[in-house]
Amino acid sequence: MAALSPPFRVCRGILREIRAMKGPEYKQSLAYNYVLDQFRKNQVSSERYCRAQVEALHASHTYLCLLASTRHHLTLHNLYHGKGERGPEEVAGIVGLRLPTQPGGKGWEK
Amino acid sequence: MLRNLIRLHSRTCYAVLERWPGVCQGGQARLPTLLENAKAYSTATSERKKFYQDVSISQGEDGMFEINLDRRKLKTPGGKIFTVPNEALAIAVATEWDSQKDTLKFYTMHLTTLCNTALDNPTHRDKDQMITAALKYLETDTICYRVEEPPGLVELQKNEWDPVLHWIEKRYNVVIGSSDSIMGPQIPEETKDTFRQHLGSYNFWALTGLEYVINQLKSVVLSFGLIDRHLTVEQAVLLSRLEEEYQIQRWGNVEWAHDYDMYELRARTAAGTLFVHLSSESSTVKRKLLQD
Repeated sequence: MAALSPPFRVCRGILREIRAMKGPEYKQSLAYNYVLDQFRKNQVSSERYCRAQVEALHASHTYLCLLASTRHHLTLHNLYHGKGERGPEEVAGIVGLRLPTQPGGKGWEK
Repeated sequence: MLRNLIRLHSRTCYAVLERWPGVCQGGQARLPTLLENAKAYSTATSERKKFYQDVSISQGEDGMFEINLDRRKLKTPGGKIFTVPNEALAIAVATEWDSQKDTLKFYTMHLTTLCNTALDNPTHRDKDQMITAALKYLETDTICYRVEEPPGLVELQKNEWDPVLHWIEKRYNVVIGSSDSIMGPQIPEETKDTFRQHLGSYNFWALTGLEYVINQLKSVVLSFGLIDRHLTVEQAVLLSRLEEEYQIQRWGNVEWAHDYDMYELRARTAAGTLFVHLSSESSTVKRKLLQD
């Protein structure tokens, strides 16, 4: 079994992702209430090995990964791939480069 | 290199498979015509204006959950009413629809896509065919193919992949083995039979998800590790991209290619895993409710 981070951190992570998706009124969303409810239900008092709890933790971990990765992917998509074709200057600018100015050509008029 | 080509190839295959979700408009089903379908196939990354405000779920008479967009029922591209077997999945799908801003970005709605595939079954396959297709990946499983050079990568593959391989051999009591020849390892028939029998116990939805995960990770072994909760999504994706990670360490990371791919792979893999777990656990949830 892989080491998983503690439930309350995963829970907070998921709620944070929901907030990032929904904005300030995220507490009214379906997912917010369901996630909180599930985490409360699956709390156990003793530290005994509980298969159902491990399953729930793995599922919540997976869901957090799904939400976070989708957000990251969308951010990168919008940044690099979402705008169609770019001009050469803009492409060079993304990687922190500038196009060379030709001697005697543009930029050397003065 | 070969693996990357395979990955690229199967990506496009999947883009072809993914169809956009249709929606019942004004009470009438909107059946996509052949032309629309062709358009949908060609632009898997297409977007559409958001046409609803509220997303809610409701339970039908047969116990299945439906998604409502402003009182209109969501439909699959095939024209069926979009139904899922349990509340958790319904809420996850509803959240995907709810989180769309001004345009619907179907390429970020992996769970919706998986449900559509399971409901419509666009390739018209039965369980046996799906199991055969899934097990075909075992013959070319990523973690069974080893390189002979460079030494650093050989070492890395041995250290990272061997434990997972040993785990699955012990867990299912099978022989898989690894190989560095282009022909790959010889997988015994008994191994395939064991897996075939095991996969037979999955329902159609779970198999749809599992095949998707195998397709993403290019590995049956890693997919089983994930479904059996031996690995986390992050670990499985890292192991699947081991060669790429090695090259990144050596040559540097390129955000718009490497990170972009990795997050997409993680999102897809996580969606598939969650889909398998949620669609195979519905019966246990029901039993608990009965006990109460």
